[in-house]
Amino acid sequence: MANETMGLLGRKIGMTQLFHEDGTVLPVTVVEVGPNQILQVKSSERADGYAALQLGFGTQKEHRINKPMAGHLAKSGANPKALIAEIRVSDEVAGGFEAGQNIGAADVFAEGDVVDVIGTSKGRGFAGVMKRHNFAGFIRSHGTHEFFRHGGSIGTRLTPGHVMKGKKMPGHMGAEQVTVQNLDVVKVDAERNLVFLKGGVPGPKGAFVKVRKAVKKINA
Amino acid sequence: MDLLQTIENEILAARVASRPNVDVRPGDTVRVHVRIKEGDKSRVQMFEGAVIRIRKGGPRTTFTVRKIASGVGVERVFPASSPNVVKIQVMARHKVRRAKLYFLRNRRGKSARLKPIRDFKAIK
Repeated sequence: MANETMGLLGRKIGMTQLFHEDGTVLPVTVVEVGPNQILQVKSSERADGYAALQLGFGTQKEHRINKPMAGHLAKSGANPKALIAEIRVSDEVAGGFEAGQNIGAADVFAEGDVVDVIGTSKGRGFAGVMKRHNFAGFIRSHGTHEFFRHGGSIGTRLTPGHVMKGKKMPGHMGAEQVTVQNLDVVKVDAERNLVFLKGGVPGPKGAFVKVRKAVKKINA
Repeated sequence: MDLLQTIENEILAARVASRPNVDVRPGDTVRVHVRIKEGDKSRVQMFEGAVIRIRKGGPRTTFTVRKIASGVGVERVFPASSPNVVKIQVMARHKVRRAKLYFLRNRRGKSARLKPIRDFKAIK
């Protein structure tokens, strides 16, 4: 069933530590992936034009679902979902699944796999250049006045006469899609659909994430 | 309960099953048996000193042990659940009035002593 692009939807639980046998500390993020229910199988041969699996994760209250969505869910006989998203897979992989089917963490991931995690980073609001672009700020002493965290000059003089496009300035930071590549799967808990990934994952605890097999690494 | 809490409790319980928790407090003189790996050989070394800090956090708990080795203060942080910590012995307990004994760093010799609790029985 395994394929490079196969993935699941999940929720970040949080970070903790595990130990190697030799005593090395292993920082891990616990992610709850699945059970995912397949809501629709898309195929490049049909009108969809591309192959994908539409997955649903979690539960949602009945009254929060509008009628078009209720109709769509009824086709696969699924309950309302908290998160619905597609995972692009090849036609061969998509053909192996059918709508209504449930898939869990252990069906897709195994210990030793390498995965990518796609999530939404924590929002930082309107951030200054030091936080947002790692500027150094200005010197603390020698009479600096109200300029400690400023970015300094933003341009030159008559030539070019305007600020260069793409100049790094303060602005909104975070709350954007971030992909973390090549995280090792340290442990899989089939019963509770948990995967333990080495390293960090974007977003706060409870954030929805997509976990897929790493695209830039070949899984053995 | 919070799922992360449940997971951490399980990790801790698995460790406690192989090596039970020892009642270690700030101000204790402890002897920590640490597994040291040299090449492909491993042996157990002891590190004895005063516990000056405990950072609690289930399986992430660490404690800092301070001793004076050849006139130089040496501090070592041990992850309490590390498989390399083979055994913890509490040799003596002292009366201390704070949780973090950082003030010991600025003291040497006589003034760096703590008042022992007389009737304390060592945990071996």
